[in-house]
Parts: sequence; C-alpha cells; structure tokens
Amino acid sequence: MVKQLTWIDMEVGNIVKEAGSASFRRTGDWRTERPIIDKEKCNKCGLCWLYCPDVAIRPLENGYYEPDLYYCKGCGICAKACPREAITISEEEEK
Amino acid sequence: MSKRVALEASFAVAEAARMADVDVTAAYPITPQTHIPERLAEMVADGELDAAYIPVESEHSAMSACLGAAAVGARTFTATAGQGLELMHEVVYVASSMRYPIVMAVCNRALSAPLSVWGDHSDAMAVRDTGWIQVFCQNNQEAFDLTLWAFRVGEDPKVLFPVMVHLDGFTLSHVTEPVILPEQSEVDRFLPKFQYLFALNPDKPMTHGAFGPPEIYSEAKIAQEVAFRKSKEIILQGWNEFGNIFGRHYFPVEQYRTAGAKTLLLTMGSSTETAKIVIDERRDKGEAIGLISLRLWRPFPFEEFRQIVKGAETLIVLDRCISSGMGGPVFSEVRSALYNEVPKPKVVNIIGGLGGRDISENDFEYVIDRSREIAKQGSEKMLETVGVRGKMIGIRG
Ligand code: SF4
Ligand code: SF4
Repeated sequence: MVKQLTWIDMEVGNIVKEAGSASFRRTGDWRTERPIIDKEKCNKCGLCWLYCPDVAIRPLENGYYEPDLYYCKGCGICAKACPREAITISEEEEK
Repeated sequence: MSKRVALEASFAVAEAARMADVDVTAAYPITPQTHIPERLAEMVADGELDAAYIPVESEHSAMSACLGAAAVGARTFTATAGQGLELMHEVVYVASSMRYPIVMAVCNRALSAPLSVWGDHSDAMAVRDTGWIQVFCQNNQEAFDLTLWAFRVGEDPKVLFPVMVHLDGFTLSHVTEPVILPEQSEVDRFLPKFQYLFALNPDKPMTHGAFGPPEIYSEAKIAQEVAFRKSKEIILQGWNEFGNIFGRHYFPVEQYRTAGAKTLLLTMGSSTETAKIVIDERRDKGEAIGLISLRLWRPFPFEEFRQIVKGAETLIVLDRCISSGMGGPVFSEVRSALYNEVPKPKVVNIIGGLGGRDISENDFEYVIDRSREIAKQGSEKMLETVGVRGKMIGIRG
C-alpha cells in the first residue's frame, strides 16, 4: 500500500528523491499475453534481453534468459527480436 | 559607473541575459523576437558570453532543451513570440509544474489567421494559465530591468518558478530608446549565482518528471498553486531590492496620476506610454482621471489592484486580445476581481490594437469618452472597439 501523501508532503516539482522507485511498480498485471522461451531452440544470444523495453528479461546463471513476469507487459518485442524463434507469445489464462 | 546607451528592447533583453551570465540559451528565431537570439548567438560566438547556445529546430524543442538545462541547475534563458509560443505551449506548462526557473522573453505578437507578425497580446493571454510568473514591460529600460529581475525571483529557493517577460512586438522589440546599463558589480550584487538544490546529478540519482496517477495529481497541483501564490512575497522583495540597488522602482500595479481619480484607464504594455500623454492633457484641464497598468499579470495582484481602484467610479479596460465569445481577457479578470467588492467602479471594456494596429492619442480620447457614455447608459454592449472600421450595431452577448 502506497503512503497517502497530502499536498504538503509533495516535493518541489514533484521530485522523487529516491531513484529507481519504478521497480516497485508491478507492470506485469497489464499483461494479456506472456512470452515463453523454449530452451531447446535458444542459443543464449541475449537479443531478447537487449531488446526488451522494460528490462524484464533476466539473464540466468546457466546462460539462458527468462522473462520476469512481475514487470513483463507482454508486448511481444522479445519474440520478434529472437533470431531462433525460440519465444512464443501465448495468451494469459483467466485466474 | 552605469552608462546610458541607445538600445533596441531586444538588445536590452539580450544584454540583461548576458549580464546575468546565463549558462544555457536555446531558442528558435521567430519575428519579432529574432533579434534576441541573434544577439545572444553573436555574444556567445564572440566570447562576450560564456554560455551554451543550443540551436534547435522548433520552439517545442527550445523549451524542452531549456527544461533539461534547468534540471541540472543551469541558469537558462529563451525567447519567443506569437506562433512560436503556441508551438511551445505544452512544454510551457511542464516548466512551471517541474518548477524550473527558466526566464523567457516574449515579444508579443498576434496569432494567425490572418497571418500576422505584428503586435497584440493574444499570445500572452493564451498562456496566462500556464503557471509562469508574468510581467509586462512598457519601455526598453523595463525590458532590461525585468529580465534581470526575473532570474533573481524565479531562482529564489522559495519560488522556483519560470518567469515570462512580455514586451510588445515591434513597438518595443524593434524600437531604439535610451537604456541605462548598470555596472556588472551592481548586477552581481543583485543577482546571486543560481544554486539549485535538486539539480540532477549522477552521484545522487533522483527522479524528475515522474508521472502522476489520479492518487497524487490533485495534491501535486495544489502544492504547485500554493507555492505560486506564495511567490508574490519574493516578487515584491525582488522589486524592493532592485529599487535599492538601481534606483528604479516597480510595483504589481503601476499608477500614473491616480490621486483622487474618478475615472481610471487600464492598459498593459507599451500603449501605457501613449495613454500617459492623454492623461496628462486631461489632468491638466482638471479632469479627475488617472492611469493604471498591470505590471504583474501572474500571480494576479488582487490586493493591490482592489486597493487602487476602489475609489474610482469608472474603470476602462483596453484589451489587445479577444477571448472569443467572451470579450477582453484582462477585462473579464479585473471585473471578476472586483465582483464582491463594495464600493466598486463600473468596468467598461474596449478592444483595440489587434495585430499591430496602432493605438494613437486620438484613439485614447475616443476610448475615454466612449467608455464614459457606456458607463452612464448603464447597459454595456458586449463588444466595443477602438480603431476598427465599420459600425458595431446590435452585437450583444
Ligand atoms: S514480452 Fe515485451 S515486456 Fe515481456 S519480456 Fe518480452 S519484450 Fe519484455
Ligand atoms: S533472443 Fe532467442 S535465442 Fe537469443 S537468448 Fe533470447 S530466446 Fe535465446
């Protein structure tokens, strides 16, 4: 729960003095489709990681990559960028 | 020693920016503002001014570049006019909401169509709600003085708002008049270095320009509005200090021969000086008439204004702009400022001086006589003009 700021609490120009606060914002719940990476096809090139506009692709220790579904908005750019067609976009299912 | 030199108002503004030692200027040339960025570019090229001059491809970019400069704590200046100010419009709001004390000179110009590069106040009125501190100049000296003053007030840590200095296109921007230029040491005494507490700095990262969802937008706007109204105190202090150092005194509402005046004429900008001639003649004949001019347009100087006009019977407002379907914007604001006052003068509105049309002494004679007639009749037509050919019949609200 975000603290309910009053107008008196506002910083001059609405500056946010702590950097990186966007990481608290769950953008994953905007998603209607999710990327799924097929490790069989992946050659660990990292293009999906490079192209994801939300920095939502995480490098794993074993060299593979994995979408972070807390942030992934399901835009599908990683799937387009993947030269191995290792990423498929599939519809989110009703919970 | 200060020196008295002949200067175009545009050059006087550029000179003020130079003496303020601005760090960054980003501007796009547009008539009648062109001489300001031209002169600044020349100063930078000749080494008279150590600043970054950013040539941009539009006014939208000019103001955007200014935002970036101000965000890192640079003293920032720009200038525009008419259509340029319109193209810049959305970023003009951003500057004030993000509290960047950019100083901008506006060489007031009419808005198209018909295409006009000549002066009126339509551009100024279109940005009246943008949250900038705004002042109007009557002559070249004031253009210099108020530009200098704008940095001091805007950058004050208790203010941190951008400031717009309005000067009439051509009738000021391109006219040469004597201007007293102060010593650099006097300027330095008046204007401390800009120290911006929240300057972007990679060693201490923070976020400028975060978005504001419905949970916080209202609080952000009210915080801004409270701070804006409070800036009045520093505005007055700034003028006080300016008077102490330079001997020229400025007030939120300027008065000319208003003592005991039953009729008051209200003008904005350079036409005030023409009106003074007419007021002099009439006063000398014994008429109880005086002149006022809104120096400070935003924040609106309610208190001073009410105090000054409360004894008058008639207040004539000359607007150089039309708010379509409404009338003169200055008129509608001053009338609403008086609505709950007792006693209050009858307020009469005349529109003229559009798109560079001169407002002559004769025009002012007409404005005064006609307004008295309207005030006497008690009923007001919604559209009254001066200097426009063709009779206005049956044009009511
Ligand atoms: S779908 Fe879009 S947001 Fe999600 S991981 Fe791929 S590129 Fe990033
Ligand atoms: S772009 Fe495709 S092949 Fe390359 S790392 Fe990502 S999933 Fe693997």
